Amino acid sequence: MSLLVALLTLALATFVVAVVIGPLRAGSRARAKHPTEVERHGAAADAGAEDQRAAIARDELARDELDAAREAKYREIRDCELDFLTGKLSPEDYRAIDAQLRAEAIEILDRFERLTTDS
Amino acid sequence: MAPFGYACLLLALVVCGYGIGASLYGVRRARPEFAASGRRAMYALAVVLTAAMVVLEIAFISNSFAFNTVADTSSRTTPLLYRVAAVWSSQEGSLLLWAWLMSLWSSLALFLTRRRMRDIAGYATAILLGFGAFFVSLMVFYANPFATTSPAPTEGVGLDPLLRFPTMMIHPPMLYSGYTLSIIPLAFGMGALLARRLDADWIRGIRRFAFAAWLFLGAGILLGARWSYAELGWGGYWGWDAVENASLMPWLTATAFLHSLMIQEKRGMLKVWNISLVLATGTLAIMGTFLVRSGILNSIHAFGGQTLGVPFVTLIGLLIGTSIYLVVTRRATLRSEHRLDSLLSRESIFLANNLVLVGLCFVIFWGTYFPLISEALTGQEASVGPPWFDRYTVPLALVLVLLSGIGPVIAWRRATLANARRNFVVPCSLALATFAGLELAGAAGKPFASAMFCCAAFVLGSVGQEFVRGTRARSAMAGEPAPRALVSLVRRNRRRYGGYIVHVGIAVLFVGVAASSSFQHATELGLSPGQSARVGAYTVRYVRPTATVTPRYDTAHTGSTLNLGAQLDVSKGGRHVATLNPSEGYYASGEAAQGTVGSLIGGQPVSHIAMDAGITRDVWTAVQPDIEAPALARIVKVGDRTLPPEDGILAVGYIAKSYLRNPPQAQFHFIVSPLVMWIWIGGLIAVGGGLTAIWPAPSTLRRRAAALARTRAVRGLARA
Amino acid sequence: MNPARKRKVRLVVALTAAVVLASALIYTSFSAASPALSPSQLLRQAQPGRAYQVTGMVVAGSVHRVGGVLDFAVEDRAGGATVALAYTGTVPDPFREGREVIVTVEKQGTRFLGERNSLITKCPSKYKTAPASENQNS
Repeated sequence: MSLLVALLTLALATFVVAVVIGPLRAGSRARAKHPTEVERHGAAADAGAEDQRAAIARDELARDELDAAREAKYREIRDCELDFLTGKLSPEDYRAIDAQLRAEAIEILDRFERLTTDS
Repeated sequence: MAPFGYACLLLALVVCGYGIGASLYGVRRARPEFAASGRRAMYALAVVLTAAMVVLEIAFISNSFAFNTVADTSSRTTPLLYRVAAVWSSQEGSLLLWAWLMSLWSSLALFLTRRRMRDIAGYATAILLGFGAFFVSLMVFYANPFATTSPAPTEGVGLDPLLRFPTMMIHPPMLYSGYTLSIIPLAFGMGALLARRLDADWIRGIRRFAFAAWLFLGAGILLGARWSYAELGWGGYWGWDAVENASLMPWLTATAFLHSLMIQEKRGMLKVWNISLVLATGTLAIMGTFLVRSGILNSIHAFGGQTLGVPFVTLIGLLIGTSIYLVVTRRATLRSEHRLDSLLSRESIFLANNLVLVGLCFVIFWGTYFPLISEALTGQEASVGPPWFDRYTVPLALVLVLLSGIGPVIAWRRATLANARRNFVVPCSLALATFAGLELAGAAGKPFASAMFCCAAFVLGSVGQEFVRGTRARSAMAGEPAPRALVSLVRRNRRRYGGYIVHVGIAVLFVGVAASSSFQHATELGLSPGQSARVGAYTVRYVRPTATVTPRYDTAHTGSTLNLGAQLDVSKGGRHVATLNPSEGYYASGEAAQGTVGSLIGGQPVSHIAMDAGITRDVWTAVQPDIEAPALARIVKVGDRTLPPEDGILAVGYIAKSYLRNPPQAQFHFIVSPLVMWIWIGGLIAVGGGLTAIWPAPSTLRRRAAALARTRAVRGLARA
Repeated sequence: MNPARKRKVRLVVALTAAVVLASALIYTSFSAASPALSPSQLLRQAQPGRAYQVTGMVVAGSVHRVGGVLDFAVEDRAGGATVALAYTGTVPDPFREGREVIVTVEKQGTRFLGERNSLITKCPSKYKTAPASENQNS
């Protein structure tokens, strides 16, 4: 019985390790193909590599953030229109708010453009 | 196999430890491969805990009484279905269920967010694995589900008959799913505070899990109420018991969060509110989990002996302390981007809604923990009862329902006053008409119930108006006939109209609650066969006694040894309404000291209630037969003295025969409750609305809408 | 009034209302609460006309049912003082001798009367999953 238990535990543990190590091995293989500053110029450039990674991450975050903001703004425009169509806003109020929302949407789109052209 | 189960727990602990380290390293050093590895650790945890769960389930199904939990909560005579559920009826098993569900839901959440929120997800993974480590440690060090006894007992104690109902089988998994889903927004919230980023992306990522938590918690609470009403012998669905309240509190804060989330999404306001609500929901969920096992409150679950009080209090203290610290140190990130434009706006209604929900939560919190508070402050432990709770929650509930009717009618940002006035005509007329109708029907004596009916009419009016106007607008715009317009209207605006459906469901639910509490007719009746009694407009007649004897080896139903009951005929105004067959089940106790016969019927008795459910009222009854009547008691005594153990069942047969021949007077608890059915119907409507709101729009629809909006935005600006 | 001042006023009003309501709540909770006592404490401290919540074990042999009234006695967990009381209302399924019960009582003369439907019986086993599983009061 205890042999079976030991074998099962070993099997499960091996499976767990394989699952968990996967990304790390993929990461090191990618680095082998495209060596970063560290491998080429040694420890002195390690800080630079880390900065590079951080910059890439920041860009990605900014893109996600603008994407989410854009989606939210579109939804707001549609909600506003629905409010008008169901009689909760007068035509003047609707035009004013709608124009403001659209200006905000354009601003988000502009920032998105700048971000994608910069990187 | 028990050692393997325990080994799984140890392995789980190691996996959690690694995952916490890897995730934190990955997020702080911007090494996505380590963050991915940490995320994989959560998947691995789910697999390991599934293995442990399977081991325990197999032990229960195969009656391995060597396992202590199996011996304590199951038996050969417990039906298979209930053996499967008995896994989570013990302290140890329920901890495993909690940890397992948490690992599953967290894995799903982390998988769905694996490409987003990279700065936050690492922290969230670490926090979730931390919770996993906590619960697994409890099992490893305090309450091991895989503890065994050798030699193994030949028979187990059996599952408490009170739990042998189908609703009770799904209630814990449903409720635990609600609790564990509440932890996920908490983890992402703390992660967002640590990463100093609470923006649209965070909202988008977290919204769905908060909604799922809300849905499961709500369903769990409804199931618990339904079980209490339809299966237990007291005929009520809510008793303001500490454990009931513990599950309601996080649901309230989750509701508040779902609403005020929309404000942060649109105006960048209420950030402090939202993060506090998220953290509160998760903490209250942990407190709810803790309350049931702690022994600190007099809620029938307070026992002496080993409790997990100290570790839980430490965890809760840690959660509260960390939350406060993070919110205070990150308050710069939480500054509002805008201010409230006008009081006549949906934003301000939502803010009022927040206040009412938090107020409700505070009242319930105060009342629930009052024994502790009073002991701490005055040295004397005292508790407040349902009347105190009702006094404060009823007015707040009225305001809540009213607000849910006002909200749909007001626009975002800044409503036009003239339009608002006009939009209230239909809802107010409906409310007034209801009020007039109630006055005529003579329901004036119950002000709160009448007020709730009027508020519900108001909600139905305003939501109905929204649907009608929306359909008309869509029909005019797209040229679709009304039914198709309605469907596409809801499809294109799931959040709004799904939310409206939820409001309708809640209003209906409260109508049921108000009617069944204020207009209920409950009495105790003592009847012998042939006798009848009047209860309000109903006449109840005891037709004949009923008795069944279930042999030991027949595990068809719930395994009771003896069932004594009665057949009642209920009529109203001479017309037959229902035939009810309540009974009381007597179970084997397994205690030889009670005697041969005594031990067969000396276990936990369970009331099998009989109910005639209707659209307008429920007729409910429970019976308490007089099992101690002299004739029956004599049979038991003689049987104990003269019969060998294996023939004890013969005496039980004689008891049944004697009961049928000479039935002693039985006590009946008889209740007529109006509109109870609408509580469950309202709940189902709310759940349906919730599912509608959360359902993802088809991606083609989303892309088209986005493209359209973009071109119109550009065109609009060009015109301006 | 400029917008900033208006907002401050609104905030002050809201906070004051919250504090007032919370104080009312807290005050009434202390006066509406029934103290939780053991049987020996009950014998010592009970005043007629006030409701008390007594927690104790049902004494073996003390349970008698006469019509709709249940007579039984409770004693301290550690044994000792016994309090006899008469109770009307729903009797929860788990109720039996030797179990721990909670019941709200009022002293009338020399007798203790249980408040209608206030009897709760604690589960005998270590842990139950159901929140309201044995809550039998209404």
